[in-house]
Amino acid sequence: MTAEPSTDPLQLTGDGQLRNFLSIEGLPRSVLEQILDNAASFVDVGDRAIKKVPLLRGKTVVNLFFEASTRTRTTFELAAKRLSADVLNIDIARSATSKGESLMDMLRNLEAMASDMFVVRHADSGAPHYIARHATPEVAIINAGDGRHAHPTQAMLDMYTIRHYKGGFAGLKVAIIGDILHSRVARSQIHALNILGAEEVRVIGPRTLLPADIESLGVSVYDDLSQGLRDVDVVIALRLQKERMDSALLPSESEFFRLYGLNNERLRQAHPDAIIMHPGPINRGVEIASEVADGERSVILHQVTFGIAVRMAVMSMCMSGREAEQRSRGGDHAAAR
Amino acid sequence: MQPRADLLIRKARVIDPASGRDEVADLLVEDGRLLRIGASLDAPGAELVAADGLWLLPGLVDTCVRLPEPGNHRTGSLHSETRAAAAGGITHLCATPDTDPVIDSTAVVRLIRERAMKAGFARVMPMAALTQGLQGQQLAELATLRDAGCIAVSNAGHRVQDALILKRSLEYAATFDLPVVFRPQDAALSSGGCAHEGPVATRLGLPGIPSVAETVDLARALLLVEATGVRAHFHQLSCAASVALLRHAKAQGLNVTADVSIHHLLLDESAIEGFNSLCHISPPLRSRADRDALMQGVIDGTVDAISSQHIPLGGSAKLAPFPSTRPGISGLDTLLSLVLELVQRDQLPLRRALDAITAAPARCLGVSAGRLEEGRLASLCLIDPNATRLPAEDWLSAGRNSPWLDIELPGTVRLTVCEGKVTWLSD
Repeated sequence: MTAEPSTDPLQLTGDGQLRNFLSIEGLPRSVLEQILDNAASFVDVGDRAIKKVPLLRGKTVVNLFFEASTRTRTTFELAAKRLSADVLNIDIARSATSKGESLMDMLRNLEAMASDMFVVRHADSGAPHYIARHATPEVAIINAGDGRHAHPTQAMLDMYTIRHYKGGFAGLKVAIIGDILHSRVARSQIHALNILGAEEVRVIGPRTLLPADIESLGVSVYDDLSQGLRDVDVVIALRLQKERMDSALLPSESEFFRLYGLNNERLRQAHPDAIIMHPGPINRGVEIASEVADGERSVILHQVTFGIAVRMAVMSMCMSGREAEQRSRGGDHAAAR
Repeated sequence: MQPRADLLIRKARVIDPASGRDEVADLLVEDGRLLRIGASLDAPGAELVAADGLWLLPGLVDTCVRLPEPGNHRTGSLHSETRAAAAGGITHLCATPDTDPVIDSTAVVRLIRERAMKAGFARVMPMAALTQGLQGQQLAELATLRDAGCIAVSNAGHRVQDALILKRSLEYAATFDLPVVFRPQDAALSSGGCAHEGPVATRLGLPGIPSVAETVDLARALLLVEATGVRAHFHQLSCAASVALLRHAKAQGLNVTADVSIHHLLLDESAIEGFNSLCHISPPLRSRADRDALMQGVIDGTVDAISSQHIPLGGSAKLAPFPSTRPGISGLDTLLSLVLELVQRDQLPLRRALDAITAAPARCLGVSAGRLEEGRLASLCLIDPNATRLPAEDWLSAGRNSPWLDIELPGTVRLTVCEGKVTWLSD
């Protein structure tokens, strides 16, 4: 049957500019590269005495967090403030808006306050898409993580980190290790790496933590960590949540670490210049040994720094995409008269 | 209440899958009874209906309808939903027992029958709860409920976990030759899921429901059906492996039948792309290969019937991010049109398609309906197969949760007669 159109019209303006940032999937390579290029120009803003640029001056950014996350929310807040926006943080316990109606009511209220951008974190996959469909077109929506679906700004800061250390993506072999099943970060990384032209994306983990038909996303699957790490240029370890042990997905943290934990011994399989990444916060001795997390190949702390710049890039691009769209709409309107 | 009809329907293409009749003929209804089908009939007192180019079919029989009453008044009423059924050519519908309160007492059965009678649009055939409160622990009073008018028993979507209790329930139902209707789905394997476990759910990050959640439960049920000798019907098969299990069971001579929802024949997992919650249903839409296998099952008769799997939902049920929306499609308004759509696409032969919504479902439920039989109260519908409609424009169910609202579909219903009374007449 006729499927829904792809997410592109929701994310891109008629002339291909970013208007919402909901998912990496469906975006062209040029837009991803533009995000990375713009982020590069924002990286040194953090080193200035006055850490601000006026791109979002007079705009109101609302952080709508339906799921608690101090870390991600803080980087979005900092990014918005460095762009000179006014920031409103709303942490909503999930129960307060468990009904769709009240979610819609809340959006209407926020729109009425002339908000310009919603940064949305939600436990349901697809929540930012839903909000983007139902919000007024004047508001830009940025996905700050939805269910298991996507965490596109995290993936883009990872791409920034990779490009920073590796110069580009051509010929790169990247391994993602651990709980792929529950990971929105992994899904977004896989899309981004494939769009940006990485040579091979591997996922490594026990079958309980790999989603069905994961190969269809364009990855090769490895059960064995040492084999999966062979000759890779980038190693990404994912955080393992403690509750995975309660649902028979894994027997214990120690067995996971024994089989899939990153240590120096295992990393010898990887390319000598391989970098080690992790979206954080890390569980030492579970998915990664301290010797690796703190070792010279680890770029984990740099990822955090780049995170602010990448979010500044995405926010400013969405805002200018919106404004261009509204100008052209206004123009059409004037012409029609 | 409508009086019994006196009608002379002239020159319709009369298609009665049960008897194999397919010819242009006249059909005479006198005092509600289907008196004769034949050439050039005459009846001075009867109202004439010119039916050139129209098809005259038995009234449709729908095996799987969730009624909003008792319990959920915000999403319509017996009146609104049976009226939608009549407008869709449906004369007989089987109501699932998962109402609120559930159909486990004669009071609830009586309430449903009285309200249905008062509305007067369709014959509502309630299914009794297999266990009290659908809790899967104590038997419901099956014989009493049968005497009150229940035609079958079912635990609806509430799986009886305890195999011993299930076995005893089946034995008890078999005592009264009551058909048991299963909706196979293992609770643990489907827990938390909202989409078929496959590439689309993986990409969208939606928690999956694997096909094996259905087949594990179906296999258990088939083994217990074999052991107890009960008559069994399976609702809403969704995957290829289920069709294979059923085919095997039938080949072994088991007394089992099955239906599939029309939506599972027309849609697959790709329909939820873009988080389209109108296609969030349970069991979930599965792969293309599953859809093809279900279709093949209908064609070769392994899957007997096609149902609307009608679940009318209120406006807010789909107003949420996909995983938080309620599953279900409001299906009465479009059952006939969608079956005709399958025929027009050459995916299903006409005779089998019409059989699957008339005689076959009646057979599955052991009720006398779904056929054009001289001498009996007439239940029939007269349709224009060549006309097209936009469902949104003539929608009657209180639930507007349908992915088909704005899609042009074939087939309009001109006239529906249910047990001798006109229940729908389009202008």
